[in-house]
Amino acid sequence: MSDEHWLLPEGIDEVLPPQALALEGLRRSLLDLYDTWGYELVIPPFIEYLESLLTGTGGDLNLQTFKLTDQITGRTLGIRADITPQAARIDAHQLRRDYPTRLCYLGSTLNSRLEGLAGSRSPLQTGAELYGHAGVEADLEIIDLMLASLQKVGVRGVHLDLGHVGIFRALARQAGLNQRQELALFDALQRKAIPELEALVDSYGLEEIPGLMLISLADLSGVDALVRAETSLAPAGEEVRDALAELSRVSNQFKQSHPDTPVHFDLAELRGYHYHTGLVFAAFVPQLGQEVARGGRYDDIGKLFGRARPACGFSADLKVLFRLGTSGEDPRESAVFSPWVDDPRLEQRISELRAAGRRVIRGLPGQKGDAREMGCGEVLTLRDDTWIVISVS
Amino acid sequence: MKFSDPITIALSKGRIFKQTLPLLNHAGIQPLDDPDKSRKLILQTNHSQVRLLIIRATDVPTYVQWGAADIGIAGKDVLLEHGGEGLYEPLDLRIAACQLMVAGAEGASLTGNRLRIATKYVDAARRHFAAKGQQVEIIKLYGSMELAPLVGLSDLIVDLVESGNTLKANGLVPLEFITDISSRLVVNKAAWKMKHATVTGLLETLREAVSLPE
Repeated sequence: MSDEHWLLPEGIDEVLPPQALALEGLRRSLLDLYDTWGYELVIPPFIEYLESLLTGTGGDLNLQTFKLTDQITGRTLGIRADITPQAARIDAHQLRRDYPTRLCYLGSTLNSRLEGLAGSRSPLQTGAELYGHAGVEADLEIIDLMLASLQKVGVRGVHLDLGHVGIFRALARQAGLNQRQELALFDALQRKAIPELEALVDSYGLEEIPGLMLISLADLSGVDALVRAETSLAPAGEEVRDALAELSRVSNQFKQSHPDTPVHFDLAELRGYHYHTGLVFAAFVPQLGQEVARGGRYDDIGKLFGRARPACGFSADLKVLFRLGTSGEDPRESAVFSPWVDDPRLEQRISELRAAGRRVIRGLPGQKGDAREMGCGEVLTLRDDTWIVISVS
Repeated sequence: MKFSDPITIALSKGRIFKQTLPLLNHAGIQPLDDPDKSRKLILQTNHSQVRLLIIRATDVPTYVQWGAADIGIAGKDVLLEHGGEGLYEPLDLRIAACQLMVAGAEGASLTGNRLRIATKYVDAARRHFAAKGQQVEIIKLYGSMELAPLVGLSDLIVDLVESGNTLKANGLVPLEFITDISSRLVVNKAAWKMKHATVTGLLETLREAVSLPE
C-alpha cells in the first residue's frame, strides 16, 4: 500500500481511543479549574492576519508561523503558533475593560518547525493571562495557577525556575550596547557560554564594571543567586535593584504557599526576551529535559494593539502534560453490550441506561465480535420478560 | 567530590575521551571500563551515581538537549552545527583544540562568483562567507573534504585544521581562519536547574582542573 494515503506530516499527530477521551477529560477539568479561579474562556480563531498574530512578539514566532495568502484581500494570513498574542489582542481591543481581566484558552496551534523531543508541530496549547495589574500579586497568582494546573493533570515533582528579563535589559542599557551587541550577548547568555561572553564583552571595549556585571549574569543561578547578586550587581542601577526585589518578594511568598516546591533562580534565563518585560518563570519536572510550562510578564504587547495594559500569563502544551501526568486514566465504568433484538422493552431499557450515564453499545445484525471483543464488561439479557444487565461471564 | 544526584555524562570515544579522563579524574571519577576494549555503550564509574555514555561526537548535543544525558563533552565545531539551542555551554575544556579554516590549493582565490565550498560544517561555512558578504554554494560532505578540490568537486573546503599535515599531504594549504575550536562542557537545561548543586559542583571542579598548569 502506498504510504501517501495514510502518512501524517512530520510532527503532526492525532490522539486515538482511549487516550483521546482521557485527554478530553483533562481538557474539561482544566477549564473547570480556570473557571473556579475566575478566568474567562476565550476561543480565538485558528487563523488570522499575520500582523495581529506577530504583534510585539519578535522574530521567533514569525519563523514558527505557517503563512498563506487570503484570496479575498490579498493579505497574508498566519495559522497561530501561539495563542497568547490573540488573548492580548482580545483584552486590548475587544474587551477594553478598566478593571483586571482574566482570560484562559485551550486550543490547537500549529508550528512550522519541529519543537520539543520527537518534535511535535501541533501542540494543544493551554494557558491563562491576567491583564491590568502590574504588581507581583498578579505574577504570583499566575504562578499559583500554573502549579495548580500541573497538579490537576497529575504532573508531580515540579521545580519552579524564576528569572527577570529586566535585569539584562537594564545592564545592556547601562553598558551602552547597541542592538547588534545586545543580541550577541543575549545569545551567549542563553547558552551560558561564559568563554564567548567574556570574548564578546572584551571586544566591545566596555567599561570594566558594566562588562563584569553582564558576564556575572551567567553565573547567577541556583537557590542562592539572589544573595550573590546583591554583591555582584551592587553597582547596577535602580531598575536592577527593583527587579531583584521583585524576585525576592515573589519567591518568599511562593515558598510560603508552596513549601515543598523547590525554587531555582536563573538571572541569565531570558526566555521570550523579545516580548517579556519583567519576571519570567518556568516549571521543570525530572522526567523531561525541558520545561513543561512557562510564562512571564509582557506589559508592552497591549500598547501595540492600541491600549497599554500590564499583562502576565503562562502556557503549556496539554499533550506534553498528558504524557507526563497520572490523571489521564479512563475513569469510567465498562460499557454494556446489547444484542440486536427488535423489542420495544429493550429500546426502553437502553434509553434508561444511557440517561443514567451508562455507555451502551448496540450489536448490529450479523456483526463480527462479541461483547468482550467490543470492550464491554456487561451485557443486556432477557430474564423473565425483563432486560437486565449481567456481567460478561 | 560527592554526587548527591545521579549524573549521566555523554562523550565520544577517541581523542575527546582520552583528553577528558584526566579532567574527570580530578573530580574523582574513573570509568570502570575502557571504551577501546569494551563494546559497552554505558560505562559505569567508581561512583555509583555517575555513568558515562559513549556516543558519536555529533550526537552529544542531541542527548544532552533532550535530557538523555545531564552533561556532555562536545567540540565547538559540533555545537556550531547543532546551533546549541536548549543547551548550556559554560566551560571551555581547552582539549581537542584546533581551528576551523578555509583551505584550498596554494594560491587559490578566496573571492570569485559563487565559489563552491565542500564541507561537513555547512552552517558555520555559510555564516562565515555570508558575514563577508559573499554568496557561495555549499556542498555537504561527510569526510575526506581534502579530496573535493583535487577532483574538481569544489573550489575550496572548510575543515578543521590541527597540524595541517593532512592538507599538506594532499597539496592544500590553509587560506583563511574562521574560528578556534575546542571541546566544551555542555549541560542540559533541566539538569542545571534541578540538580544545580551537583552540576555546578562538577563544573567548578572541572574549571579548576582546566586551569591547572600542565
